[in-house]
This record gives sequence, structure tokens and C-alpha cells, in this order.
Amino acid sequence: MAKHETPLLDQLESGPWPSFVSDMKLEAEVRAKNEAGIEFQVPVDVVDDLLGVLELSYVHGRTHWKHGGIVGVFGYGGGVIGRYCDQPEMFPGVAHFHTVRVAQPAGKYYKADYLRQLMDIWQMRGSGMTNMHGSTGDIIFLGTRTEQLEEIFYELTHNLNTDLGGSGSNLRTPADCIGSSRCEFSCYDTNGLCHFLTNLYQDELHRPAFPYKFKFKFDGCPNGCVASIARSDMSFIGTWKDDIRIDQEAVQAYIGGEIAPNGGAFKGRDWGAFDIQKEIIDLCPTECMWMEGKELKIDNKECNRCMHCINAMPRALRVGKDTGLSILVGAKAPILDGQQMGSLLAPFVEVNPEDDYAAVTEVIESIWDWWMEEGKNRERLGELIRRAGFQKMLEVTGIKADARHVSEPRCNPYIFWKEDEVPGGWERDVKEYRKHHKR
Amino acid sequence: MAFVSSGYNPATPMENRITDIGPRHFEEFYPPVIKANKGKWLYHEIIEPGVLVHVGESGDEVYTVRCGGARLMSGTLIREICDIADKHCDGYLRFTTRNNIEFMVDSKDKVEALKADLKDRKFAGGSFKFPIGGTGAGISNIVHTQGWIHCHTPATDGSGTVKATMDEMFTDFQDMRLPAKLRIAMACCLNMCGAVHCSDIAILGYHRKPPMIDHEYLDKQCEIPLAIASCPTAAIKPAKHELPDGTKVNSLAINNERCMYCGNCYTMCPSLPISDTEGDGIVLMVGGKISNRINPPKFSKVVVAFIDNEMPRWPTMTQTIRRMVEAYASDARKYERVGDWAERIGWERFFEKCEIEFTHHLIDDFRDHAYYTWRQSTQFKF
Repeated sequence: MAKHETPLLDQLESGPWPSFVSDMKLEAEVRAKNEAGIEFQVPVDVVDDLLGVLELSYVHGRTHWKHGGIVGVFGYGGGVIGRYCDQPEMFPGVAHFHTVRVAQPAGKYYKADYLRQLMDIWQMRGSGMTNMHGSTGDIIFLGTRTEQLEEIFYELTHNLNTDLGGSGSNLRTPADCIGSSRCEFSCYDTNGLCHFLTNLYQDELHRPAFPYKFKFKFDGCPNGCVASIARSDMSFIGTWKDDIRIDQEAVQAYIGGEIAPNGGAFKGRDWGAFDIQKEIIDLCPTECMWMEGKELKIDNKECNRCMHCINAMPRALRVGKDTGLSILVGAKAPILDGQQMGSLLAPFVEVNPEDDYAAVTEVIESIWDWWMEEGKNRERLGELIRRAGFQKMLEVTGIKADARHVSEPRCNPYIFWKEDEVPGGWERDVKEYRKHHKR
Repeated sequence: MAFVSSGYNPATPMENRITDIGPRHFEEFYPPVIKANKGKWLYHEIIEPGVLVHVGESGDEVYTVRCGGARLMSGTLIREICDIADKHCDGYLRFTTRNNIEFMVDSKDKVEALKADLKDRKFAGGSFKFPIGGTGAGISNIVHTQGWIHCHTPATDGSGTVKATMDEMFTDFQDMRLPAKLRIAMACCLNMCGAVHCSDIAILGYHRKPPMIDHEYLDKQCEIPLAIASCPTAAIKPAKHELPDGTKVNSLAINNERCMYCGNCYTMCPSLPISDTEGDGIVLMVGGKISNRINPPKFSKVVVAFIDNEMPRWPTMTQTIRRMVEAYASDARKYERVGDWAERIGWERFFEKCEIEFTHHLIDDFRDHAYYTWRQSTQFKF
């Protein structure tokens, strides 16, 4: 018997897509029965009350969660987000309902036993409800009480050898695409770099010392499956410098129809026979491909590595061997000054685990030094770059200006020169000038 | 409900304290076939919607069955996922960036049993627990934010709008009939924790009223200078306010004409609540993408300035999305993303084909960005 009537939410139980309402009801029921004999540390009916408060939001068309307040674990400023219900009398089970962000393993790979251990903690010390995963990438534990926070943290670190993620004005938990672990397109080991930097910057991740949030995301190739270019302050996108590897026999197999284009991504409709001229050569944005008899040719120097031909013929074309990554900076969603895409800062950076990715960390740290000094409260890196200018960022990172930094050169000639760039500087003698120019 | 100690002693918080150890190492969780072939994958193929094979240089194969998930998941459901992984995949599994669950097996023989098992599992209410799909030129799972389930600033629900949309789009989750992949994303307020601004179709919760001012508590709850500084349009200024009992308090005044309802002030000051039943609703954005494929990444554009929150199933919203998907499916060329299609046919045609009314709200009027979106040519279509 449900604790609260939920006629509106009940309508979200039908339809084929997995119903979060059915799932919540299942959890509520499992808690009520408690066949596993769990010594619950938060109210047994926490999920019933969560359903109740959500139903009330469906009636009112408004949220019933209050501002967070300050909660957390000793020594950390991030990783826990305070949350309280604004109708605690009606829903005492969720009067306190804090979020715990748990650091996810790179690539979001898991072993069942580990997930069960996480759930052992969470179903006992929290609501048992999670997000797998939050938008930033962490495992999200939804809903516990303040007195359980240290207990959860203790169990995570002592028994599960894992840690909290980031929240607040700090480095957010870095996230990556699957990378070379299972993708033939990946130009570097995104899992390796993401894990390394996450650990290297634990202090920045757990103790808010930044002007605002800061996100790292790692894409293995320009396809950008983790969306780093749109949503991370620093975006690391795999790329290559040398030639696309071609298997001419496989090219013929695509032309002959023996292999479906794009790894079979278009199988749901009959698009007709694969036409390499129309589908590959004519769609190449730099027009750097052509057929010579039965051979596909690429003028690699003109290729901008858009990935289309490789995506469309993955068995015939492979990314080059001289791989690394590009760093783009300043992406963010619209708040506060409008949306920004990541802007290219370092066209090619070596990815070398042997020297602890020195070429990558050097750029990161020069950017942080600048942003922490110059950034205003709640100013994302992208906003600072717009306020201070791209040139300033080149200056602080020591990266030389390059035509690759712009999509086109400036249209206006309002060029700001530095005094030391102009012979003789800016201080001039007006008397000397007047000798030749009357008033 | 007796308190059970983990071993943590609040009297000596630093004793044996372990901090800053980061996540578990990913290699512990790699299935053996992944570990053995990492960095040496040759190619992949989508065998059928939701089922992929990756082939390594060694000749090894890994078969992946991808299932949609609601993102909001219970511990009980996660234990069921674990049982499936144990039964078919030696205990290994992973999640995708779009909240799908991936079960991997190292031989083709194991795929059918896994698929059959997943297809049979349903919730008591009738929905699938693990629908297979989300690959190729179709619609994958919707990434979304918390909404009313857990957030203090949302203008709509996350889980509910996504459930309603994915029910409507379900056949396209399990099929690959579209001209290219189509990615839908959902964020429950303008803060866009889910950064939906580069999606083929974005569902965005939106407030339309300036915040209320809780004068009685404002000075007790808020740093007034912080609230003023938080406003991107400088619409907030300090003001004295006289309460009904005659007490004068320090408070704020808001220039409503200048407010863009971003909610940033509410985040800084809880005495400025912004949510409102009639004021809040949905904005639809279209035509963004992340990939560099063929042309550079691009932002989504606002095509519907407001749709009411219609709980629990948001029918106007889902039907509008359906119209856009159908117009795109029938009109776009192979490999053409939604935004590329709209740009090729022209936005005036886009509105016509999708049967969406163009209104003055869709003309940009925010700062510098605006000018670059007005038409400066006579190249338009009647």
C-alpha cells in the first residue's frame, strides 16, 4: 500500500521507456519489506516521501526543494550538496535529502561486485536512489541525512577505496569518452589521462578555491562523444598529424556493397547503393579526396580531420599514427553571458604518460594561475577570455599566435598595440612636435 | 533504527582519515577482452539496433548490447543489472555518457541469450527495464538534469519530460531510419547543468517571471552585495523596505524590465524565489551538434519560445518534437544532421515544414550575439 496517492505520477508508469516512477515504487516496496534485514540509517519510507513530494510538484508545477546550506565532510568543500524539502511536515522522510557525488571510474566501466558494495552502503545509509550518472559524470547518490555523511565517506574510502567527486567552485569530476579502450577512432587513452589528472588534482577537486566551476572533459577524437567542446572549460580532443591509413581492398568492399557504410548505422532504411563519390568525396569539407582508378587518394596535408570519411568507412580508413590531442578552452552553457563553444588554444599536444603528461599539465596550470588571479566571482574561464582577450591567454600560456587560432582574421582594424611593440614607445615630446606643426 | 557506526569517530576525525584517493582505477573494471585489445581495435559494426561488435587487430571480438536507462535508478534495479552482468558477462558492464547501460560479451554465441533475458524484464507498471537500442542513425537516450526530483531552481521536471519524450520516440530508439544520429537533451533550467545548448533537439525548462522578494527574511538570509553582483543585466539594486508592522529592513529592488529570469540571483540569495506555476515551462531548441564531422560544432537555436508545463506527459512538447523529427526524417539527406538540414533549406522553410509558428521572441535581442543573427542580405525565401 503506497504511503501517498500519486495519480499524476502513476500516468508515467505506462509506455515502453523505463519508468522512473515504477522503479521508485519498487525501491519503496523493497525498503518496506526489508527482506535483506538492513539496519536503515535514514527513514524506511524515504522513497515513498520522495514520490509524495514529486507528486506535489506535479500538482503545483513548482519544485519543493530548498536551498542547500552548508553540509559536507571534514576537510572537503565539495562532493556533497545540501538539500532540504520545503514541506518537511508532509514528507518527513525527505526533510533532509542531501546529494553525495561519488567519483566514477574512467570510461564508466564497472564490476558487478563493486556496484553491489556501493549499493550496500547507499541502501543502508541513504535513500537507495541514484543517478547513473549525473551530467558531469559522477555517480550520484540522491538523498541522505547530515549525520550519515561522514559515515558514507568513511566507508567509501576505507572499504571501497574510492572517493567523492567535485561540486561548488572547484574542479568538477573529470569525465571521458570510452577512448581507446573500445573505440578504434580514439587518438589517445582518454581513460588513462582522465584518471591521471583526476588524481593529480584532487586538492582542486575537493577544496573550492576557484572563481567558479571548472570542467575537464576528454574526447578521444573529433567526433566528440563526451561533448567536451561544448561544456568543458578545458576540452581535450584527440587528433593526429600524419596520414589517414587506407585499406584499398576494404574501399572496394564498401563500393561493392559487401560492407555496410558507417558501421551499419543506416541499416534502418534503404538508402540505395553506397556511392563513394556522393557520400564521401563530395561531402569532404576540404575536397581533399578523389578516386584514381580503383584507388582512393587523400591529400592529407589538406585534410582537417573532420572524421566523416573514417566514420563512414571504418574498415577502410583509420586515423593516423602520429597522435596527440588539441586543447580547447572556455566552453560553457548560456549562464551568465551567453553560450560559448571551446576555442582552440593548443592545436597539438603530446600525450605522454611516461613524463606524467607534462605537456598537458603545463597548459592547465598556466591557465589556472591566470584565472585564479584575474577571474571574478562566478566568472567561467570562457567569460574571462572574452573580457581579457584571447591574446592575454596566449600570453599567460606562452603559446604563439597561429592562423589555427581563428576561423578568420579580424574584420575591424581596432588593433591594440602594446607600448613596447611600437618603436620609441608612447611617450613623446610635444615641444619637439610643435617645432614642425604650428598650433 | 539504531545508529550504526562505520568506524568513524567524530571525536577524532583525523584518526586514520583517508582523503583524496580519487576514483577506483579503471583497469580493475575492464572486461578481459577489452584489456587485451585496448588501443588495438580495428573496426566496429552495428549488427542490429543496440547491438555492436568491435573487432581487434588480434581477431578478438567484443559484442555489446546497449540498453536505455532512466538515469534515475534505484539500488534494487542496479542489483538486477549486476545479476545480469554476472549471468552473461562475467560481472562486467559499463554506462555510456548518455546513461545507457552496456553489457559486453566476448563471443557471438552469448548475444542471443543476453538479448532474450533483457527483453523479458519489465517493471510492474508495464514499461521495459532494459530496452535495447540507442545506436547509429536513431535517437539515443536523453541526457537530462534533476528537475523536480532534486533541484532547487528547476522550471520543469527532468525525469518526467524525458519519460514522456522517450515513450513518444521509442521506435526511433530501437530503429536507425533517420538521416543521421539525432540527439535530444534536457535541462530543467537555464543554468543548463546538462549543457543542452549543442543538441539536435534540446528541451529546456524556463522561467518567465522575475523573482519575488521575500523582504522580511532577505537581509537575514542573503549577502545583499552578492545578490546584486550576481545579476548579469544589473537589474538588482539595494533598497530599504518597510514591512507591514512599520519595521524598516535592508532589502533589494528589481528592475523587472531588465530581468532575463536566469535565476542566478536566487542561487545567491534564497529570498528571491523565481519558480511559478504559470510562468514556468519549456523552451525548445534545435540544430546544435558536438561533432566536427563534415562541419564544425554548432549551437542549438530557439525555435519554440514557450510551452506550458503540461503534467504529467507534456503532450504539446512531445508532439512538437515528433513533428520536427518527422519533417527531418522525410526531408533531410543521408548524413545530414538536423541543424545542417535546417541551414540548407533555410530557417523560414524549417518553421513551415515543422509547422511551428515563428514569433518575435525568436529574434535574438541579447547583447552582441543578437546582431550576428539578423539577416543582412536579400537572400531569403518567400
